[in-house]
Amino acid sequence: MSAYRITGETGEWEVIVGLEVHAQIVSQSKLFSGASAEYGGEPNTHVSLVDAGFPGMLPVLNRECVAQAVRTGLGLRAQINLFSRFDRKNYFYADLPTGYQISQFEHPIVGKGTVEIELSDGEVRHIGVTRMHMEQDAGKSIHDQDPTRSFIDLNRAGVALMEIVSEPDIRSPEEAGAYLRKLRQILRYLGTCDGNMEEGSMRADVNVSVRREGEEGYRTRCEIKNVNSVRFVMQAIEVEAQRQVDIWESGGEIDQETRLFDHVKSETRSLRTKEDAHDYRYFPEPDLLPLVIEQSWVDELKAALPELPEDKRARLEKEYGVSRYESGVLTAEQSVADFYETVARGADARLATNWILGDFFAALNRTGRSIEDSPVSAEALRELLALISDSTINGKIAKEVLEDMVETGERASVIVDRKGLRQVTDTGAIEAAINDILAANADKVAEYKSGKDKLFGFFVGQTMKAMKGKANPAMVNELLKKLLTA
Amino acid sequence: MSLDAKTVAKMARLARVGLSDEQVHTYQKEMQGIIGWVDQLNEVDVTDVPPMIGTGLAQPRLRDDQVTDGDCREKVLSNAPDREGPFYTVPKVVE
Amino acid sequence: MSSIFDYTLASAREALRARKVSAVELVDAHIEAIERLDGGLNSFITRTPEQARLAAKEADTLLAKGEGGSLCGLPIGIKDLFATEGVRTTAASKILGNFVPPYESTVTANLKRDGAISLGKLNLDEFAMGSTNLTSAFGGVENPWKRRDSDAKLVPGGSSGGSAAAVAAGLVLGATGTDTGGSIRQPAAFCGITGIKPTYGRCSRFGTIAFASSLDQAGPMARNLQDCAILLESMAGFDPKDSTSVNKPVPHYEAALGRGVKGLKVGIPKEYRIDGLPAEIEAIWQQGINWLKEAGAEVVDISLPHTKYGLPAYYIAALAEASSNLARYDGVRFGERVKGDSLDALYEATRAAGFGDEVKRRILLGTYVLSSGYYDAYYLRAQKVRTLLQRDFLKAYETVDVILAPTAPSGAFAWDEKPTDPVQVYLNDVFTVPASMAGVPALSIPAGLDSRGVPLGLQLIGRFFDEETLLAAGSVLEKAASFTHRPTIHAGVSA
Repeated sequence: MSAYRITGETGEWEVIVGLEVHAQIVSQSKLFSGASAEYGGEPNTHVSLVDAGFPGMLPVLNRECVAQAVRTGLGLRAQINLFSRFDRKNYFYADLPTGYQISQFEHPIVGKGTVEIELSDGEVRHIGVTRMHMEQDAGKSIHDQDPTRSFIDLNRAGVALMEIVSEPDIRSPEEAGAYLRKLRQILRYLGTCDGNMEEGSMRADVNVSVRREGEEGYRTRCEIKNVNSVRFVMQAIEVEAQRQVDIWESGGEIDQETRLFDHVKSETRSLRTKEDAHDYRYFPEPDLLPLVIEQSWVDELKAALPELPEDKRARLEKEYGVSRYESGVLTAEQSVADFYETVARGADARLATNWILGDFFAALNRTGRSIEDSPVSAEALRELLALISDSTINGKIAKEVLEDMVETGERASVIVDRKGLRQVTDTGAIEAAINDILAANADKVAEYKSGKDKLFGFFVGQTMKAMKGKANPAMVNELLKKLLTA
Repeated sequence: MSLDAKTVAKMARLARVGLSDEQVHTYQKEMQGIIGWVDQLNEVDVTDVPPMIGTGLAQPRLRDDQVTDGDCREKVLSNAPDREGPFYTVPKVVE
Repeated sequence: MSSIFDYTLASAREALRARKVSAVELVDAHIEAIERLDGGLNSFITRTPEQARLAAKEADTLLAKGEGGSLCGLPIGIKDLFATEGVRTTAASKILGNFVPPYESTVTANLKRDGAISLGKLNLDEFAMGSTNLTSAFGGVENPWKRRDSDAKLVPGGSSGGSAAAVAAGLVLGATGTDTGGSIRQPAAFCGITGIKPTYGRCSRFGTIAFASSLDQAGPMARNLQDCAILLESMAGFDPKDSTSVNKPVPHYEAALGRGVKGLKVGIPKEYRIDGLPAEIEAIWQQGINWLKEAGAEVVDISLPHTKYGLPAYYIAALAEASSNLARYDGVRFGERVKGDSLDALYEATRAAGFGDEVKRRILLGTYVLSSGYYDAYYLRAQKVRTLLQRDFLKAYETVDVILAPTAPSGAFAWDEKPTDPVQVYLNDVFTVPASMAGVPALSIPAGLDSRGVPLGLQLIGRFFDEETLLAAGSVLEKAASFTHRPTIHAGVSA
C-alpha cells in the first residue's frame, strides 16, 4: 500500500500518531471502593464516602481490577511488572473529589507490548505499546441544567480505567482506526473492557505531529483529548495533520498544546488552559502500599486466558479451511466465532461458512438482531445444515426453512415436516413429472434436440416447479438428460 | 534555593489558596526561612539509598470485587453546602 | 478514695465493676468538672453531655448484670480529628466548622464497642499541624499546669493539646490522640501525663482526618501507663478498610507492665545530646538512665547518626502529603463554602477563609516541594533520608531493646513565648520526629518537674510492634518517678 502522505505546497508530509486509550475495566465494584461500577444509575447513588473523598476515607485496591489489568497486559503480549505502584496526580477540578487522581505514573503494572494490525490491502503492521497502567475515572459535570451552576454526579468517580499508551508508530488515519478496532477486539475477547464507546468505556487522547518525508526525529505534537469514536479519531488525525502542515508551510510554529476535536465543524481547536495549570505534583500514594504480585498468579491468569483473535483466526483457517478474509469476519467478535464453531464443528465446514456469512448474516441484518440475541441458535442452524448434508432438503428449500425458523423459532425438522418439504428422491415421481412437462412442451423439446442446449435450464425449472421445489436437483438433472436424449 | 514572591504566588494558585499581596510577602519570608533550613539535607549522602515508600510493615492486600458500598446518596450529600436535588453544585464551568 | 477525681481509668474500671461507683455518677461528675473548668482551659471543641448521660445509664444496666466491655462506663474524650457519626468533627478548622460525619472512625468505633463513653471532642492544632495547640480555629488550649512563680498561661503542647489538658485536669479518664511527628508524646510531656504512639499500622487510620498519611498514627493518652495499655488494647487492631493497617494480633498490653527490665538493653543515643539542651532536661534524662540501671537494665551508648536530619526531612515529607490530603477541602461536598464567580474563585476564596495561617503555610510549602523541578531536590531526597533514619533504628535494635531519650527539648512554655520563627517552633519536635519517620513505637511518661514546677517527660522508643517492651520499661520508670504531682487546675481541686 502506498504510504499516507499529505501533499503540501512545498512537498510531502508524513503523519506521526500515538494514542493513549482509556478503557474502563470490567468489574463489579470500583478500583478503590465497594461502590458499584455499573454504568448509569440515579445520580450519586453509585458513590461511597471513599469516592466522595470524605475526610478520613481510605482506598483499598480491588483484586479483580488488578487481574483484569494483568490479563490485558498478557493479551497485548506485554511485559507484566510484578512490582508497580500508585501515585497521586494532584489537580483541582469539580468532578475530582479528593483533589488528586490515584494513578500509576512511575511504575505501571504493564510495560512494553505490541498490537498487530491489518490494513485494508492485507498489509500487516505492528504498533508498539509503551505501557499500560491503572487509574481512577473522574465524575461527571452537567452543564445544561442551570444557568449559573454546573451539577456534579460522582457515579463514575473511582471507576477503574486502564490507560494504554502506544508508541508513535501510527502513520495514517487508517492505521489509527485499525489499531483502535484491534485493541477493542482484544479487550472484548479478554472480557477486560466492553469497548462500548457510546457509554465512554473507551476513549482516546490522540497525539499528532507531522514531518517532511524522509525527515529524522519528531516535530512538536499536539494532543487531541477525549475522542470517543473510531471514526472521529480518524477524522481528527486528518484535519489536525493538515492544520499542522499548513502552519509549517506558511513558516509558522506548532505550540505543544491540548486540543479538542469538533466533529460538527470537522476541526480541532485549542483548549486554552491557564498558565501553571499543569503541575501535577505526582508522588507515591501514601494510603496504599506498592502493588506486588506473584509470578504464579500471573501464570494462573495466563493459563486461563481465552484464545486471542489472532490465534483464533489462524486456528479457524487451519481447522475449517476458511479463507483469510473469512477468518477475519468470523473472529471480529468472539460471539460470532463461538457461534461459527458451534455450527461448524462436526458439520460440513464449507457449508457452515457459506451459510453463516451468507444467509444467516443476512437474516440478522434483516431482523436487526445481533448474534447474542439471534433468533436462530447455533444448534438450530447446525440442524438445518445437517438436513442439507443428508439430502433431506435441498439448498433452495433450506433458505425457505431458515426464513421460517427466524419467524417462528421452530426447529428446521419441524418446519420441514409441517410444510412437507422433504426432498423427493423417488425416481418414478420425478420421471412422471418430467414426462408430463416434455409432453406439454413438444416444441421446446424439438428446439433442444436441434441444438438449443440452453433450454435445459428451462426444463429443470419447470420440473422443480412441478415438484414444488422438493425434487433432488441431481436426480432431476440426471433424469432429464436421460429422457431428453431418449 | 531562593523562593521568591512570584513562586509563592504560583504555589498559592496551584493549591487554590487565595492570598493577598501582603500575605504573599509574609509567606515568602517565612517559607524562605524554612526552605533555607531544610536545605541542610543536601549534606546527606543519599547515593544508592532507595526512597522510603511506606514503612514496609503491612502486607499488600487486595479486596474482593464485590459491591459492598454506595447507594447512600443522603449520606454523600448530607454535608453539601449547596445541594441541588441529587447533585453537588459548583459555579458554572465553561469548557 | 477521697474524691471521684482520684480515679485512674484502671481504678475506675474496678470500682464500676464492684459497683462502688455508677457510670452515671462518674460521667456526671466529669461533665460537671468540664462545665466548671473548661470555659478557661478550652480543651473541648464540642461537648456531648446528653449522649454521655444516656450511654452511662446503659452502661450501668450492663454493669449491674456483670456484662459490658473492657471500658464499660468509663468517660473519655476524643481528639476532634476522629470522625464521630452524628457528632460534629472539625479538625479544629473553620473549613470543617459544621461538618457532621455520617460515619465513625475505626478507632472510636472500637472504643465504643468496648463501652467507653465519650464526653466530647477535644481541641487540637488545626488539622493536627502544630506543637502548641494555638493554631486551633476554636481558640488555644490552656495547659492546666502553671509555673510556681507566674500565672502566665502555658501551652499544652500539640497537636493533641486538648486531649493532654483534659486528661491532666481530670476532665476525662483518658483520651485519644494522634501522633504525626510527636503530637501525642510532646503534649503528654507538657501536661504531665502518659501517651503512646504505637507502631505505624497498629491502629487503623480509617475515619481519622489525615494530616500526613505515612506518619499519622492514633494512640492513647491517660494518667498512667496502665490506663494507656487498657485504651490501646481497645483502639488497636487490623482494619481491612485501611491498606496500611497491619494484620497482627493485639496482645494483652496490661500483662506486659510488670515484666521488669532485668537484662534489657537500653540505648542512649548520643545525637540526642543536642547543643543548647537545657541542663534540667539533661538531668532528668540521666535520672531515667539511673532508674533503669537500678532496676537491672543494661545501658548502652548508641548512635542514630541521621537524627539531625529527621526534622527537616519530616517537614518535607509531612507537608507534601498534607498539601495533597487537604485538597479535598474545597467547599463542594462538605465543609464551609465561600462563594465565587468561577470554580477557581470558589476554591480560592473557600480555602483562603477556611484554613488558618499555619495550615496555609504548610500547604504552600508542601505544594512547593512536590512541584516540577523541586521534587527530586526535596521530596525524593527527604524520603531517602527517611530510609536512612529507619536504618539507624534497625541497626540500633541489633544491639538494644529500647531507646531512652527526652520527649521534648523543654517543658511547657507560655502562650506569649511562642517563637515567631516557624523553624524555632518546629524544633519542639526534634526528639519525637525520628521515631515517627521510622514508624517505630514510642511513649512519653512524666518523669518530674523542672525548677519552675512544670512537668518534664521521658521518651522510650521501641522495636516495630514491640509496644510491650515499651510498657515494661516505662512501668519501671513510672514507679521510680512516682509522679504524683497535680496541675494547678484540676477537677479534684474545688474552686
